[in-house]
Amino acid sequence: MNISIYCFLIVSALMLAIGIYGFLTRRNTLAILISVELILNAADLNFAAFNRLLFPAGQEGYFFTLFSVAISAAETAIAIAVMINIYRNLKNNFVENLDSMKW
Amino acid sequence: MDYTYTILILLLPFLSFLFLGLAGKWLSHRAAGLFGTTVLGVVTVLSYYTAFTYFTADRVDGVFQTLVPVNFVWLPFSDALHFDLGIMLDPISVMMLIVISTVSLMVHIYSFGYMHGERGFQRYYAFLSLFTMSMLGLVLATNIFQMYMFWELVGVCSYLLIGFYYTEKAAVAASKKAFIVTRFADLGFLVGILIFGYYTGSFSFDFTGNAVYAANAVHGVVPETSKALAAGGFILPTALFLMFIGGAGKSAMFPLHIWLPDAMEGPTPVSALIHAATMVVAGVFQVARMFPLWIQFAPETLHIVAWIGAFTAFYAAAVACAQSDIKRVLAFSTISQIAFMMVALGVCLPEGSFTDNHASLGYMASMYHLFTHAMFKATLFLCAGCIIHAVHSNEMEFMGGMRKYMPITHITFLIACLAISGIPPFSGFFSKDEILVAAFQYSGVMGWIMTGIAAMTAFYMFRLYYGIFWGTENKEYHAHHTPHESPAVMTVPLIILTVITCTFGWILPGTFGSYVSATGEAYHIHLDWSVAATSIGIALIAIGLATWIYSGARQPIADKLQATFPRLHRWAYKRFYLDEVYQFVTHRIIFGCISRPFAWFDRHVVDGFFNGLAWGTHASSNGLKTLQSGRVQQYAFVFLVGTLLLILMLIL
Repeated sequence: MNISIYCFLIVSALMLAIGIYGFLTRRNTLAILISVELILNAADLNFAAFNRLLFPAGQEGYFFTLFSVAISAAETAIAIAVMINIYRNLKNNFVENLDSMKW
Repeated sequence: MDYTYTILILLLPFLSFLFLGLAGKWLSHRAAGLFGTTVLGVVTVLSYYTAFTYFTADRVDGVFQTLVPVNFVWLPFSDALHFDLGIMLDPISVMMLIVISTVSLMVHIYSFGYMHGERGFQRYYAFLSLFTMSMLGLVLATNIFQMYMFWELVGVCSYLLIGFYYTEKAAVAASKKAFIVTRFADLGFLVGILIFGYYTGSFSFDFTGNAVYAANAVHGVVPETSKALAAGGFILPTALFLMFIGGAGKSAMFPLHIWLPDAMEGPTPVSALIHAATMVVAGVFQVARMFPLWIQFAPETLHIVAWIGAFTAFYAAAVACAQSDIKRVLAFSTISQIAFMMVALGVCLPEGSFTDNHASLGYMASMYHLFTHAMFKATLFLCAGCIIHAVHSNEMEFMGGMRKYMPITHITFLIACLAISGIPPFSGFFSKDEILVAAFQYSGVMGWIMTGIAAMTAFYMFRLYYGIFWGTENKEYHAHHTPHESPAVMTVPLIILTVITCTFGWILPGTFGSYVSATGEAYHIHLDWSVAATSIGIALIAIGLATWIYSGARQPIADKLQATFPRLHRWAYKRFYLDEVYQFVTHRIIFGCISRPFAWFDRHVVDGFFNGLAWGTHASSNGLKTLQSGRVQQYAFVFLVGTLLLILMLIL
């Protein structure tokens, strides 16, 4: 079964658009983080799809995807740790309310 | 003869001031007073010794030499023009040494009793020392700039001592008034000095250089001819008159006299020392110091000085007749007497192009009167101090009949009154007589005016005398507070000064002129009996009039006069509303019409401009800071839009 490259591209473009939209509009830091993950995963999907389409013998795209997943997992862990600390101190994690150090 | 030790005359009181000023806090009143008085005693002895050696030294060409034992250049402006500090001894400065040290010593002793137990006793003695140093420095100055410096110092001391009771509003206001008025006049002095220095190329009191300079100028042989010509013409009189304005401020000449009556808010011994005997005659001394220039280059201007003096003398005498505060009467009498000295200087005439002792008799008369006046006016003020000490009031209505309680004060006051009225054999008679002779020599009108004012002097002094010592006693007031004679520490200075007043005129007959005269050559005083007889006669009539009006228990005539001329009395009592005129001019015209628009301009235009700048910066930054919102989502949005736009641009 041969799935068209367009299917992958459409899915990843949708994920990117949803991620950007979520990043711009969500108020909760956790939702923003999820949006960032979506953007990253859209890029990962493209890596994998284009690797298969253009260099079927190569592995670079797959490895890069794995790297990206690992790094985003680490980033998520740190981000969530920061959020938990913010929430413990401020009892809040909505971005427009986190302005006590602003001018 | 080596006079280098005279530097001690200045240094000792200065050190005493430093010591008392810095360490006074830890000294007892007694120690501070004794220290100040002892130092001043040493200064007095040195002054007397200086005077003795100076006046017994040999004359050169019939003139006492002008000596400069100490001198050093302090501030060189150019090769020729420099500001020196030094000590100059000549007949008038040596005479002033005696006057200042004597009166100052008496006041130091007297204050021991008068200021007993006052708060700030040590501070008081420190200021007295500083004043004595400044005044001595003023008279010993070798140049006009040094004189100016010490001139300002005495002004400061006067300010400090008038405001000695700084918790009282009136004293603070009076001290400020004195300082501002004299400071304002000193502006004229400074401008005069600068003009003088610029055109003659020297600040020195050694005028021989100037004389050559100006004399050559007339023939046009000085290198800078135009400058020198101007100096020989009207510049020098202008400079001298500007200096006189400074002197008029210090010596309370009309219309700059307004500060002196208010200065009586200070302690009475201070009034005696500063505002009667020494500082206020600084103006007279200054004119006398510049006298060779006045008489040679500005005799017409000198006569203006005489007329200003005559008017002041009349004005002050008229006001003195109506005052009820005894110190105010004495203050106006001081103004009047200083004006007499100014008149005496002003009526001097040049003899050809030379100074002549006979034509410039007024110079000697003025210095003579300065000397005698310092003694008897200090006596009068110190007596007033005793009376105020006893009665605790300055107003005449609380006095009357004091002769029973205070015999010593009574006698000394009476003698001083007789002296100021010009009754022989007291010293005032001799000096006043010389002034009248000089005035008559100038013009008959001036002579008669001054004789009339002398009569007014006798009248108001005896009005004061009767008001204090005779008349109705304020029994009600005295009952719960019986007046008493002052302690010896206060009466002894009175007696010493009175002895000087009694004897100075005749014990050395005619000798004053042989020491101090316009040219420096001995001038033998001979009484002009026609003038003397007239002035004695008129003074006696005036005293008689005062006796008739004021000596009784009741004063029907005085009351009637007051009722007949209520406006005149009111005007004189209010000093012819001159203070109100000043108030009007300064507050309404200068503050209201000039300062206020300026202040408005400053506040609204100048400040407004800078406030506008600040406001503009603030507003624009407020606008700009919304760009840096700190909202990452907003940044991301802008970033996104920018990227999309860039991509669009690349594609299209």
